[in-house]
Amino acid sequence: MKILVAVKRVIDYAVKIRVKPDKTGVEMNNVKMSMNPFCEIALEEALRIKEAGKASEVVVVSMGGPQCVETLRTGLAMGADSAIHVSTDTPLYPLAVAKLLCAVASREQPQILLLGKQAIDDDANQTGQMVAGLLQWPQATFASKVALGDKSDVTVEREVDGGLETLRLQLPAVITTDLRLNEPRYATLPNIMKAKKKKISSITPEELKVDIQPDFMILEVVEPAKRKGGVMVSSVDELVDKLKNEAHVI
Amino acid sequence: ASTLVVGEHEDGVLKPSTLSAVAAATALGDGCSVSVLLGGFGPSVHKAASQAASAHSAVSQVLVADWDKVEHGLAEPWAELLRLAQEKGKYSHVLAVSSSFGKNIVPRAAALLEQSVISDVIKVIDEHTFVRPVYAGNALSSVKYTGSGPCFITIRPTAFPAVQASEMTPAPVSTLDTSTIKSEAIGRSEWVGQHVERSERPELGNARVVVSGGRALKSAENFKMLEALADKLGGAVGASRAAVDAGYVPNDMQVGQTGKIVAPDLYIAVGISGAIQHLAGMKDSKVIVAINKDADSPIFQVADYGLAADLFQAVPELIEKLPDKSQVSA
Repeated sequence: MKILVAVKRVIDYAVKIRVKPDKTGVEMNNVKMSMNPFCEIALEEALRIKEAGKASEVVVVSMGGPQCVETLRTGLAMGADSAIHVSTDTPLYPLAVAKLLCAVASREQPQILLLGKQAIDDDANQTGQMVAGLLQWPQATFASKVALGDKSDVTVEREVDGGLETLRLQLPAVITTDLRLNEPRYATLPNIMKAKKKKISSITPEELKVDIQPDFMILEVVEPAKRKGGVMVSSVDELVDKLKNEAHVI
Repeated sequence: ASTLVVGEHEDGVLKPSTLSAVAAATALGDGCSVSVLLGGFGPSVHKAASQAASAHSAVSQVLVADWDKVEHGLAEPWAELLRLAQEKGKYSHVLAVSSSFGKNIVPRAAALLEQSVISDVIKVIDEHTFVRPVYAGNALSSVKYTGSGPCFITIRPTAFPAVQASEMTPAPVSTLDTSTIKSEAIGRSEWVGQHVERSERPELGNARVVVSGGRALKSAENFKMLEALADKLGGAVGASRAAVDAGYVPNDMQVGQTGKIVAPDLYIAVGISGAIQHLAGMKDSKVIVAINKDADSPIFQVADYGLAADLFQAVPELIEKLPDKSQVSA
């Protein structure tokens, strides 16, 4: 069975982002980029399923400009078998990504489509749900455990507001990954070398016959209001006094 | 504007966050009509519906879908339910809370109608212009919807204080006929079970006081100390990702970029270093207190009051010296 994993290139999670003074966005020049942490977790899960003998092939896909290829190479170095680059310079938002993924999935015919639950740049948490709707496949989002059954089904434990929930889905299905699903592997040097020989194919939205024009526009990006600076207190007594008589919260 | 608010309820009671959703719907503009959709199975959904009908004068209609398939929040039938409600009501907006339920079902429903979702909105500028946080809340993005509708949005409940009930004639409640809904996806997902943490304490999402612990607590047992502190203040207990990963507390207590977003009057961060991802979940709290042995922890940069001390000394002392809850004015 084939697993398709969608991955996104984002500003590294440890970077302190800077909003551009012209309000057009966030500074991206000379900033460290990485595979979105949730996407890494998704790819790791796919690789574990393959290593357990339950999948024969893991394909990674990413969409955007030429830098996507870097992210796909990382995916191949982690252990994916091949990669697909959907190439476009038009900014992509969740609905367009979902439409593109739907088209790619229709071609690739995976049994499982794995994605991270959200990208840490836009924090949207939408793409997996959208592509599941477009494909008319069942979905299990925010997965903290994934277990394949033997009736072409998968049982997924999800992290929800109240705690944990368990669903069983008939394949093919879409699963989005949450933080605690697994701890992704680092690409080893031998695997990085091997990855250079693996195939990355390229395709455009036009070839996939997908309209990627967005139905919204970003007007401006600004910094949030800064909090007023605080003070250090030197004792619990002082803390209680300030909370009571200054902040009036107790 | 005419807005379909996707309501949430539990045990026959409307969730407070739904009242935040109604508040956000009224912010879309004057003369906006608000219809509240409630889905569930059996008497509990009807009970929640009559509560919704009297929730606020802005609510002009309540729609009830009493359908076994939507009882457990499965996305496949819910998305089709939203599609059906939209076809019937032709709303200009569909609005839900960005809870784990809202996040799960709204994008699927929007995609069925080929619409984007503007998610986690914290401010309504006008009926098509919204502000939402990005990069873990380190930037705010103003977004203008330019499509032909309906405009799908999810809102952050901490940004929209719940509407207060006022004297009103209850809105009419009508049932939606779900018998015509067909989809190949429905029936391919099955709700197996849940493990829900029940607590006497207020819910993390809307507690007035939150006491949170990090990895420095060192064990699940030590979290009892924070529970005692929370109880003294009538608050809820939260945690950093590190504490959850370490197994000290269950996942539903995680506060942060990918956990719960909270904005209480008082947030006490105990043994939490203050990583960007944690701050994303609590930096809109009115008053932030940090207790941490390391005076260089980033948490002290957002704290209003910082105490560089050993939490195992400071917290018991704080519990002892705080006035009793009964003496506190609300």
